[in-house]
Amino acid sequence: MILIGERVNAGFKDVKNAIVNKDGDVIKKWARIQADAKATYIDVNLGTASNKPEDLCWMIEMVQEEVDTPISIDNNKSLMLKEALPACKKPPLVNSTTATEEKMNELFPLVAEHNASIIGLVMDESGSPANADKRVENAAKLFEKAVEFGLSPEQLFIDPIIMPLKFMQEQSLEILKATSQFKLFSDPPCHIVCGLSNVSNGAKYKRLINRTFLTMLITSGLDAAILDVTDKEMIDTILTAELIMNKTIYADSYLEAFRM
Amino acid sequence: MEIPDVKEKWTGAINEVTIGALKEEGGTRAKTITVGGNKTLPFLTFEGELPHKPVIAGFVADTIPDWPDVVKDAIGKEINSPVEWAQKNIEEFGVDLINLKMLGADPNVNDASPADCAKVVEDVLKAVDVPIILWGSGDDEKDNAVLPECSQAAKGENCLIGSAKETNYMTIVAICKADKHKIIAEAPVDINIGKQVNILLQDAGYVLKDVVMYQTTGALGYGFDYVYTILERCRIAGLKGDKLMAMPQICDVAGETYRVKEAVADEDILPGWGSLAKRGTMWEAVCAGGYLQAGADILIMAHPEAIKTIQTMINGLM
Repeated sequence: MILIGERVNAGFKDVKNAIVNKDGDVIKKWARIQADAKATYIDVNLGTASNKPEDLCWMIEMVQEEVDTPISIDNNKSLMLKEALPACKKPPLVNSTTATEEKMNELFPLVAEHNASIIGLVMDESGSPANADKRVENAAKLFEKAVEFGLSPEQLFIDPIIMPLKFMQEQSLEILKATSQFKLFSDPPCHIVCGLSNVSNGAKYKRLINRTFLTMLITSGLDAAILDVTDKEMIDTILTAELIMNKTIYADSYLEAFRM
Repeated sequence: MEIPDVKEKWTGAINEVTIGALKEEGGTRAKTITVGGNKTLPFLTFEGELPHKPVIAGFVADTIPDWPDVVKDAIGKEINSPVEWAQKNIEEFGVDLINLKMLGADPNVNDASPADCAKVVEDVLKAVDVPIILWGSGDDEKDNAVLPECSQAAKGENCLIGSAKETNYMTIVAICKADKHKIIAEAPVDINIGKQVNILLQDAGYVLKDVVMYQTTGALGYGFDYVYTILERCRIAGLKGDKLMAMPQICDVAGETYRVKEAVADEDILPGWGSLAKRGTMWEAVCAGGYLQAGADILIMAHPEAIKTIQTMINGLM
């Protein structure tokens, strides 16, 4: 499972303050904690703290001074990405593009140029998809365009767009139905990712809903997630689901082995 | 029409393990042997890097194994002395390294003392200058006494020592760390236990890059297909990036072959099976050739003709 650590995000107050005050220690602390928790990528999000490319680059530098985990650049503006992409020491993951022509034409060439990967949201000019068919249609658009710009399927992470269970209950099943079709586009297939916490927005039992839905998504082929990598129960669930899917080989101490 | 590219792209690679230590490395070997480093399945040279050929370790024991005369005769009178047997393996059979087993330490064989075994190790190390693989007798309790002394006698020689199991791994880790040797991790034809033993070794502070996996070995007709499948699955898991399964693998072909009736019983017992002299050799060679395809990196072999056959096969394929 590709684990994208969500914590270096200006949506969190401590990170926002750190960006404003240029306090690198906070960024480094979260980079270290997430790297130790075995994050595959560390997502870096400037949020509303700033709109300056140099601030985004500063965050990336702080993370890279502390750990060598690749960066996920949580930004969709080419002006920002043009500065941020070369600042990454390892091929990063760009988070994200939509399936709109304009955005894809703008971002895919940049991603290809830097040998990066990119998350594609199955959302187009008409907004968020309301059913499985529309999700698959938009995913196919993303896939075709990515290949056209020379990206390999492994460089594309398709995000089926997770909706809150509490408010849009009928969507969860549509998401699962769509997700199971993304892997059929090619062999080797593209990755499938999600921003998990959306599913439990506003709900009382957030962690349980997150865990359950992620398990079901793994059954449908999901192999990456943006999440709290320090959530031990969540990670244990993922490791177990991957065993059940026969993706990894069972050993009695499989949980301990992951954390060695 | 464009022909589709069917090459597999693996994300992982098998660890490189070097056995033996040169003078400047604290040992007395004239050469070292490196196995592993594979980036694809065996012999698929068009698909990925295979930096090291599989190697043959010549079977030597501290006592004469319970083998049929045809095998013992093919090896020659040198089988009576581990030193001469090791030398003949190198000089005449052309093996890459020596596999020394303390069969005589078994309480049901000679019950040789740990000191006697250590002496054999010293003598063999003096007699040949290639890397050595060291095993106990297979009797766990006795080996707990034998292996530390043998390891000590070979201190600094970077031997490969067998074997660490779920039940005894702490002892093996301790001696291999103290005397600077590599470890053979053993599991009973069980991929899950194989992975578990590796986790235990890592948890005990041993570096997994210094481990070779041993899923025991089945002679042809006696679990060969089970072991073959496990070796192949281990290799695929390693190539897919499972670092707990990315070890080179060893097979004891000689030790298993000459325990099965098809390889030891002559025509008077197995009418219609052809002469034993030919059959035993073939049994060993075919078994070894099969395991090469499954992903074995080190083959322990004994019969000079079988060794020659497999050397030809390896050189022809790589």
